Amino acid sequence: MRVSVPKSLDAALGLLAEDPQAVVLAGGTDLMVAINFGRARPEHIVSIARLAELKELVAGEQVLCGAGVTYTHLLQRVRDRALVDAARTVGSPQIRNAGTIGGNLGTCSPAGDTLPILAALDATIVVVSRRSGERRVPFSDWMRGPKQPALEPGELVLRAEWEEAGPAQAFLKAGTRNAMVIAVASLAMVVDRARRRVRVALGSAGPTIIRATAAEEMASGLIEEVGWERPLTLTEAARARFADLVAAAARPIDDQRGTGAYRRHVIGVMASRALQRTGAAA
Amino acid sequence: MPEGLRTRGGVGESIPRPDGPDKVSGRFSFGSDLTAPGMLFGKTLRSPHPHALIRSIDVEKATGMPGVKAVLTAADLPGERLYSLHKPPDQPVLAAAGDEVRYAGEPVAIVAAEHPEQARAALEAIAVEYEVLAPLLDPVDAIQRGSVLRELTIRSGDPDAVADVVVDGYYEVGQQDQAPLGPEAGLAIPTPHGGIDLWVATQALHVDLEQVEACLGMRPGAVRLHLGGVGGAFGAREDLSIQVHACLLALKARRPVKMWYGREESFTGHVHRHPAWMWYSTGADRDGRLVFVKATILLDGGAYASSSGAVVANAACFGAGPYRVPNAHVWSGAARTNTVPNGAMRGFGAVQSCFAYEGQMDLLAARLGLDPIELRLKNAIRPGDRLITGQALTGAAPMAKLIDLCQGLPEPPAPSDSLALPGGAGNVASAAEVVRGTGFAVGFKNIAYSEGSDDYATARVRLQRGPDGAAVVQVKTAASEVGQGLVTVCLQVARTELGVEAVEIERADTTVGDAGSSSASRQTWMTGGAVRDAARLVAAEVLKRAGPPAQALAGGHVLDEEGAALAPIELFLDEPIEREFEHHHRPTSGLDPAGQGDAHVSFMFVAHRATVDVDAEAGLARVAQVATAQDVGRAINPLQVHGQIEGGIAQGVGLATMEEIKLKDGLIRNASFTDYIIPTSLDMPEVAAVLVEEPEPEAPYGAKGVGEPPLISSPAAIVAAMRAATGRRLNRVPVSPEELAGLSECRPGWLVRPGQSPAEAVRPAPPL
Ligand SMILES: Cc1cc2nc3c(=O)[nH]c(=O)nc-3n(C[C@H](O)[C@H](O)[C@H](O)COP(=O)(O)OP(=O)(O)OC[C@H]3O[C@@H](n4cnc5c(N)ncnc54)[C@H](O)[C@@H]3O)c2cc1C
Repeated sequence: MRVSVPKSLDAALGLLAEDPQAVVLAGGTDLMVAINFGRARPEHIVSIARLAELKELVAGEQVLCGAGVTYTHLLQRVRDRALVDAARTVGSPQIRNAGTIGGNLGTCSPAGDTLPILAALDATIVVVSRRSGERRVPFSDWMRGPKQPALEPGELVLRAEWEEAGPAQAFLKAGTRNAMVIAVASLAMVVDRARRRVRVALGSAGPTIIRATAAEEMASGLIEEVGWERPLTLTEAARARFADLVAAAARPIDDQRGTGAYRRHVIGVMASRALQRTGAAA
Repeated sequence: MPEGLRTRGGVGESIPRPDGPDKVSGRFSFGSDLTAPGMLFGKTLRSPHPHALIRSIDVEKATGMPGVKAVLTAADLPGERLYSLHKPPDQPVLAAAGDEVRYAGEPVAIVAAEHPEQARAALEAIAVEYEVLAPLLDPVDAIQRGSVLRELTIRSGDPDAVADVVVDGYYEVGQQDQAPLGPEAGLAIPTPHGGIDLWVATQALHVDLEQVEACLGMRPGAVRLHLGGVGGAFGAREDLSIQVHACLLALKARRPVKMWYGREESFTGHVHRHPAWMWYSTGADRDGRLVFVKATILLDGGAYASSSGAVVANAACFGAGPYRVPNAHVWSGAARTNTVPNGAMRGFGAVQSCFAYEGQMDLLAARLGLDPIELRLKNAIRPGDRLITGQALTGAAPMAKLIDLCQGLPEPPAPSDSLALPGGAGNVASAAEVVRGTGFAVGFKNIAYSEGSDDYATARVRLQRGPDGAAVVQVKTAASEVGQGLVTVCLQVARTELGVEAVEIERADTTVGDAGSSSASRQTWMTGGAVRDAARLVAAEVLKRAGPPAQALAGGHVLDEEGAALAPIELFLDEPIEREFEHHHRPTSGLDPAGQGDAHVSFMFVAHRATVDVDAEAGLARVAQVATAQDVGRAINPLQVHGQIEGGIAQGVGLATMEEIKLKDGLIRNASFTDYIIPTSLDMPEVAAVLVEEPEPEAPYGAKGVGEPPLISSPAAIVAAMRAATGRRLNRVPVSPEELAGLSECRPGWLVRPGQSPAEAVRPAPPL
């Protein structure tokens, strides 16, 4: 097994252009697990851990989050509440110090905790290669399937970008343990009052991150009635209907981490609570 | 006695453990850290099928691969082909061509190579032709086909006793893994004279030795075992894992061979706690006094016997709880199925039945309109009472006192931080959605080996002048330090008996007599007792050499009967003094056909109260506190006792809320710490513990074992608290989020009359 440790982005892209089969290593918190399980036996590894270019995080109106930004870094710097809450749930301190958002995107699991939020923030993923230069992929096109990111051979994730969406955000994650657990189901909700849009995205609820568009429309309608600048007072009936619409969008399966029935149920519970929390935050 | 003549750090003091600094700083060498120059790496080929006939095994290609130094199958075995903790042995060292594999993960071939990757590649090159057979997976089905490892009935009192109030209940306990962080590991080094030295992380060097010698076909003395650093055991290291395989490969290759399992392999490489299916009927009079307990306790023993027999007996003997039960009828049995063998785990049968009988006590309390704690107090067993096996309690049995003390412990405050709410970091619950419940449970269990085993431990104690001329004690035993703190206990005992603070605990190996296993909460009593007795012989020799008026040893000196110093101990050590002692506990007897007999030497009692915060809508919970009062006889080292209590409760929280090996078609679906989840520090409750010290008359220093009780009734208490918070039945552990949220309930797959064998079980009528 060959391991290359390029010192610059340019050198990394050169190595990947020469050997498009090479496997990128960031924090290694997914890749090394796959190697330990015998699921991956890469011939050539290109470590991007030293690339300063990927570690930049610009948190303003427009957020630019380098692929090499770790969860610990996110927790300290980002203002988007949902992303902070998600970063806080990832693994343990050791995993948060090593694991990166680029790795979460690269692994492209429906249980990746940042992914529902990137979906709910309408983020754009910027990728780059020697051959085709930079390419911008809206998050909605990122996941071609479970573990199938929209990455071509030789491409690196450069960063994720999104517009800061204000304080009305929530991320909820259900698991059978109180920390360091893979989501049995998760939900991100963003009420972007400035841009007048509501996004609800589900994790571990199907083969990819799922947007609950009917529920988004319903919530937009409710907010529209009281006005986008005002906090929302909700009836039980409205919460229940919203919960049903979100749960109906899920396509959960039974597996060793939970049953489909529980997943659908808890998604409804989380939806109702997320609506309450984001609706109240004006 | 002047302060200078007190021996510091003896029995009763909370001294820090001698191996602690190395363990927390990463310097301690665990089994997986073992290394020798020129060593090879051994790996195991395992059956992918839970049940199959091996038609053929072809190793030719593997044998010629780069770096490969040995490839062995059953055809190459030099000695006994079967091994087990059980007699006669039933588990193949390697499954043979023409024979069957009986669980997925059963070893079929072993390989040693220069590099682990070469060994892995060689395993892939071994061609095994299997004829897949239907696996037997349902334990009731197995019992009905006569596939039984052991069954046992206990009958006492009047079989027709009539009660005013009767409650019936069905309970299940999922399959728990011991989850030791250190995987199975060892290093075998051939000696120049055809023998072998094996370093291994184990619970019992001599128990391993006997089996290894037989399987290698080697004469006694040719095999020596040495304790490798043990990274947790909890029962997982009682059966053999790498022992015979590593030795076979090393002997074949004439090179040192190291074997260690990865995490996934570890899940099939050791036994687990028996999952249980239990049907109970409990009767009481109108005042709440128990009239009868009838129970059927069915365990899945898996493919081979391991320690199923003793687990069956424990589940039965303690199956009515630490209560006065005048009439009992208990059937307990283990089915032989095609799953990974089940065997020893902390609590050893007592955990399973406790979950059922304590569930029954709460049902009864509700039916009678009594407070659950009052009901337990009313029925608590007392010294002199008889167990359902007819055995009278002759030792300390402070059950009622434990209940009183436990219920009086302060309750925890409401969660102050969102991380402490159910779901923790997941951010699902807010305080408004949380209901707090409290539950209570009690339990008990035997200490040491039972049913007539000659249980003993050996210690060798040497007292001599050290390099600086001062007296030094060396303690040698073959007992396994598995993390429980036995080395600290031995050190404290030697200090107390010899009055010398400089004590070295030597590395355990088989050059000294058998110490038995570090299991059954027995080593403080057994090895602690052997060290005490050997040290007393040494002390007697010092006093003899000193002559009158020498009376005692303390603070490094020989003292007269007033406690005045006569002379430093080293003055009498021109010749070193060495003594060895075998400590046996009082013989026990077997159980007769009615399950009657004085089968156990002593019992430990415990009470737990759990406070659990539940988000019932989302099906999430967090255990806020477990309060406990534990009967310890005497705390040799109170700090270590608290450590055992916290560790046992962590495993109890795990069993109650999350830990379960999930099988599908006989295959483990969650053989990793990603999916077999154990509590994190955020799941760990606050622990409030009181130790009750009523000395056990027969035990050295009056000290009972302390390792298992924290795990016996903590799961039952936690689930009782969840029931109190939700009103749901929750008759299965671990409680799933789905059950906690009320989306599903655990229902029996078979109908069994409590007390009867499942041989007569029928399927319930389908719901209309
Ligand atoms: C104990 C533990 C707990 C965990 N808990 C969680 C959790 O709670 N939530 C969660 O979401 N995840 C969790 N994970 C998974 C993992 O930590 C995350 O997915 C993390 O974001 C992966 O990042 P990494 O930098 O370590 O990726 P790596 O393992 O280095 O890489 C992962 C994949 O992405 C590719 N890749 C990485 N960076 C790039 C890039 N810039 N461009 C192109 N491809 C790239 C790699 O080739 C590889 O295929 C956990 C893992 C462990 C071991």
